[in-house]
Amino acid sequence: MIANLVQLAAEEEQNPLIPPGPELLVGAIAFAIVFFFFWKKLIPNINKVLDERREAIEGGIEKAEAAQTEAQSVLEQYKAQLAEARHEAARLRQEAQEQGAQLIAEMRAEGQRQREEIVAAGHTQIAADRKAAAQALRQDVGQLATELAGKLVGESLEEHARQSRTIDRFLDDLDAKAEATR
Amino acid sequence: MSDNGCGFPAPGLHSFLFKPIFEVGGFEFNKVMLLALISTALVVTFFYAAFGKAKMVPGKVQMIGEAGYDFVRRGIVYETMGKKDGEKYVPLMVSLFFFIWIMNIWSVIPLAQFPVSSVIAYPFVLAGIVYFVWVPLTFKRHGFVGGWKNITGYDNSLGPIKWLVAFIEFFSNLLVRPFTHAVRLFANMFAGHLMLVMFTVASWYLLNSWLIPAAGVSFVMTIAMIGFELFVQAVQAYVFVLLACSYIQGALAEHH
Repeated sequence: MIANLVQLAAEEEQNPLIPPGPELLVGAIAFAIVFFFFWKKLIPNINKVLDERREAIEGGIEKAEAAQTEAQSVLEQYKAQLAEARHEAARLRQEAQEQGAQLIAEMRAEGQRQREEIVAAGHTQIAADRKAAAQALRQDVGQLATELAGKLVGESLEEHARQSRTIDRFLDDLDAKAEATR
Repeated sequence: MSDNGCGFPAPGLHSFLFKPIFEVGGFEFNKVMLLALISTALVVTFFYAAFGKAKMVPGKVQMIGEAGYDFVRRGIVYETMGKKDGEKYVPLMVSLFFFIWIMNIWSVIPLAQFPVSSVIAYPFVLAGIVYFVWVPLTFKRHGFVGGWKNITGYDNSLGPIKWLVAFIEFFSNLLVRPFTHAVRLFANMFAGHLMLVMFTVASWYLLNSWLIPAAGVSFVMTIAMIGFELFVQAVQAYVFVLLACSYIQGALAEHH
């Protein structure tokens, strides 16, 4: 009983809520070392690196943005050029079509004119030829008629055979003449 | 040593007292002090490995260190104080968090198996440091009268009860706060260690008795408690730092 009381009193002395001095000192020193290392060396170190990294990343982003802007402007330029080229091509095609159509129309008109000229020349030629032929024919017929008449008058018509021979001869002559004129 | 007749070596306050490893001129160096100093060595070594030669493209260790650093900086300091006011206190909070966490983790490390923070001296030192940061800061920021108003929450719009409020606030902020700040961490680790010791000792004790299946239950509870303690250790380190930040933020705030 008494021993128990003594033990209780001893435990009372070692109240866990009352800090012993030496432990306080060791705790303070242990923490002080940690704190000083972090404060003076480690945190400035890592903060520097984190800042550098952030700057590097931001720099990278800025570069990428610049590149993108440039690419965008080049693309727009290119697109504008392409549109201009298309426009130009369309204009040229249009022009060529117009020119072609005009050319065809001109050539057609020319052809028409030439044809008409040729036809007109042909008509004139034919008319002249016919006129000449008619004149020549008329001359020939007259001459022939005169010849025939002379022959008819000069030779006796009584004899049928002779007569027919004369006519044959005349016709042969005509043929020969025609042959000669061909 | 408690002895209730059956020979069960129940854990108690004696579980938190250690015989000195060596003694120099009356200074008794014990296991807890050794663990505290190893904690310092571990935190410093790890973060030196991580940040000592920090690179733009981080290695594995630096990546883990950065994750931890970022968790405290962004997740706790910036969240409570904002970036502008908080930046100055980042070193303090980062060292507090990792130091406390390692001190707690000893609870489940084989051979050590004792949370340094379950000895009141260690949380007390840390809570004291936080206390001596935020109290002078209050007066520095608001002047003598303003500082007292900030601490006591004195406000004319409260009418006659303002004196009552001021008294309660003075009591709770200036007197009780450092105590609760330290004890919250201490008591959690203390209780956790008691539970772990209890189930571990019980497993062994029951194994040597006729109640062998109960030893299995106790052993499973030991494993479960280790998992739970791992969680509590991190949470308590987080809570301690979060409260430290909120005290400093309160000291800087215009209106309490």
